[in-house]
Amino acid sequence: MRLLRFGYVTGPGIGMLWALVIATTLAVALSFATGAGLRPTLWGALILGASCGLLVLRLGAVGYAFACGLAVVLTFSPIAPIMMEESFGSLWKGAVGLLLGLCVFGPLRIILDATPVGVLTRHEFEDAVIRFLTGFGYIFFTAIVLIPFYVMVMTSLKSQQALLQNPLDFSIDLRRGWSLFRSYFELFADFNFGTYLWTSFFISVVTVLITLAFSIPGAYAVARLRFSGRAAFSRSILLIYMVPMIVLALPIYIVFSMTGLRNSILGIVLIYPVTTIPVALYMLQGYFRGLPAEVEEAGLMDGLSRLAVIWKITLPLSLPALASVSLYVFMIAWNEFLLAFMLLDDPSKFTLTRGVAMLNSSEIPRQHLMAGAVIATVPIMAIFLGLERFMTKGLTAGSVKG
Amino acid sequence: MTPADPPKHTGALARRESRLAWGLLLPTLLIVTLVVALPLLAIFWISFKPVGLADLRPTAPVISERFRMRDGDAQVEYRVRNSSQDKPINGLSFSDTLPEGARIVDLPAPCSVDGQRLTCVFGDVEGGFRDRVRIPVVIDLPENAAEALFEGSEPVGEGRADNILTNSEFTLDNFRRVFDGDEFVQVLWVTMFYTVFGTIGALLVGLFAALLLNKSFRGQGILRGLYLFPYVAPVIAVAFSWVTLFDPFSGSANALLIQMGVTESAINFFGQRPLALIMVTVFEIWRYFPLSFLFILARMQSIDSDMYEAADMDGASPFQKFWYLSLPQLLGILSVLFLLRFIWTFNKFDDIFLLTGGNAGTRTLTVNVYEQAFAISNIGAGAAVAVVIFACLICFAIFFFRFISREEGL
Repeated sequence: MRLLRFGYVTGPGIGMLWALVIATTLAVALSFATGAGLRPTLWGALILGASCGLLVLRLGAVGYAFACGLAVVLTFSPIAPIMMEESFGSLWKGAVGLLLGLCVFGPLRIILDATPVGVLTRHEFEDAVIRFLTGFGYIFFTAIVLIPFYVMVMTSLKSQQALLQNPLDFSIDLRRGWSLFRSYFELFADFNFGTYLWTSFFISVVTVLITLAFSIPGAYAVARLRFSGRAAFSRSILLIYMVPMIVLALPIYIVFSMTGLRNSILGIVLIYPVTTIPVALYMLQGYFRGLPAEVEEAGLMDGLSRLAVIWKITLPLSLPALASVSLYVFMIAWNEFLLAFMLLDDPSKFTLTRGVAMLNSSEIPRQHLMAGAVIATVPIMAIFLGLERFMTKGLTAGSVKG
Repeated sequence: MTPADPPKHTGALARRESRLAWGLLLPTLLIVTLVVALPLLAIFWISFKPVGLADLRPTAPVISERFRMRDGDAQVEYRVRNSSQDKPINGLSFSDTLPEGARIVDLPAPCSVDGQRLTCVFGDVEGGFRDRVRIPVVIDLPENAAEALFEGSEPVGEGRADNILTNSEFTLDNFRRVFDGDEFVQVLWVTMFYTVFGTIGALLVGLFAALLLNKSFRGQGILRGLYLFPYVAPVIAVAFSWVTLFDPFSGSANALLIQMGVTESAINFFGQRPLALIMVTVFEIWRYFPLSFLFILARMQSIDSDMYEAADMDGASPFQKFWYLSLPQLLGILSVLFLLRFIWTFNKFDDIFLLTGGNAGTRTLTVNVYEQAFAISNIGAGAAVAVVIFACLICFAIFFFRFISREEGL
């Protein structure tokens, strides 16, 4: 460890790691963007990184020129940090080299900020390592989160032949205009997705309403009123939370088959709230506990009944919590797959998730499946981004639920 | 002077409050009993019964009626059959109301007439039973009108059939089949691998993400929102995206790896034995790290900064601060998260089912329920697996409540 703590060891060392990260990231990003083959190479990246590390320590801002120059030269040499196919012209190669130089050197200046050339204190060394890890973390997380969604959206815009020809080529031909969205039009025209969208929306909203109607009184009772069995009840809510749906789904399937509730929206609306009531109850009772009891007592003193207190005082005070709970429950109902899959067979009554599951067959082209996935994702994402504050709160409060 | 004891009985006010509380809880209690408690009991019951998917349709008589004219003679024909091929029906009979003005010419043996009411009795019949009864009639109406009249009244069948779900036939075969040999060990091992590594992985990755975002900078909110995407998006959408991404023929991941020279030929990520399980676990980590990240971040932001200032004064290095200050503070939330996520990962069904369908050595206990009940059409065996799951959960829950009573705060 002691050996590592010299500026001229730490600098190039971190530089090499960083250059590897950047070379891989750029290669992957450019491959995904252009469909052409780019390949990061170990030795090129190591040389570039080590030199950039030394340049940062020695030169500061002037080093940009040297780093970019070196990166461009290396890109044209046999040990290019990013190998490119012959089809790339020199202009392209130069641009990639320049970009590489900038992306390696710029962040390295921040990572190795205030790192001396000679012996490092433990502080300085660890700070540099942490800054490197932070930079790596941002790239890593952004990449792993974005890539699947990028693939989902781009695949839905391609044609089957294009996909099989070059699976990497996600570039889209804007000249095709509206016909880019052909899969979407076909889903809505031939596969009833408009109906599914509406069914899913309807079921989710009804589930939210029923859940609130049941869980508000229950949560209030658990949070405020004294009765024997309160602690046991509180616990059993959590316990119900832990029963896996597949265990319940089997008997529910049997009963629904026998009573004819299978394949009906009514059956789904009956069963969804039950999966969400415990969550909602748990979240709401936590919030109700946090409300000052004095306000309610004042209401009681002024002659309101308990129910009137709930209606006129507690509920208006807990509107933000209700919003969080509603959004969370909406999300669960919208994303629910297992019950919809088991209980619905009739294509005219599918929810969106069930409809997307139907598209997963060898006869239906992949881009239709991905277009279906996009249709299922976009509404919930729009809600999430629009109301992120409430949503995040809801997730934190109730999210023992998987 | 009598000592002043506190009152032992509950007063009227307390009673009223408790009554109100139960009143408010009643709807929830009812619906939860109906949809959670009863099915759980049912699962235990079914797990001891030899039930297949086909047994869900109850055995019953099926009767159809046809009116026809043959050489000027009117005739009603009833066809009777047992809906089951192998189960008997006891006391099979049917009855039908004949239209006004219809007169029966000749009555075959099993039937009798009372006014306008026709009843035919067949007694106990075997599985696969079918019979037809032809009754010549006279009616003063044109053929079409008569047909509409006769076939307008539905014949009503009767008969008691043994229902496998309610009779007293029990068996241990389901459990024998579930615990049978290597398969169960394999399923259990897959479940444990998936649960343990999925949980720990999601926790560690979440902790890393939380450390990244535990500082305020421009764009922190955007990144936080972005990192929650995998959890918020519908499982079906992200699972199919992964399948598309890692497809051996048209998947971009394979194309990328081949071009980068990592691999020579395409890798079948979700169809190859040890790899599929690892991929499924990685998916679980990817999808649920946002959750741990959110919790850990919330806890981190509530840690007092005084401590860190004091540590700075004492010359602690960044890693020392993390190891000796942050980690002990986070231990509570980490262990609660671990327990909860452990149980939830154990319960997970959708993800694996959508990614691999339980093939290529990824069959966990929950997927096994589906596999047994629907793929092999043996509901009883599926229920038996469900009972095993439930038993495991009870163990976890006991452990959990021992623990969480100390770790209040979630």
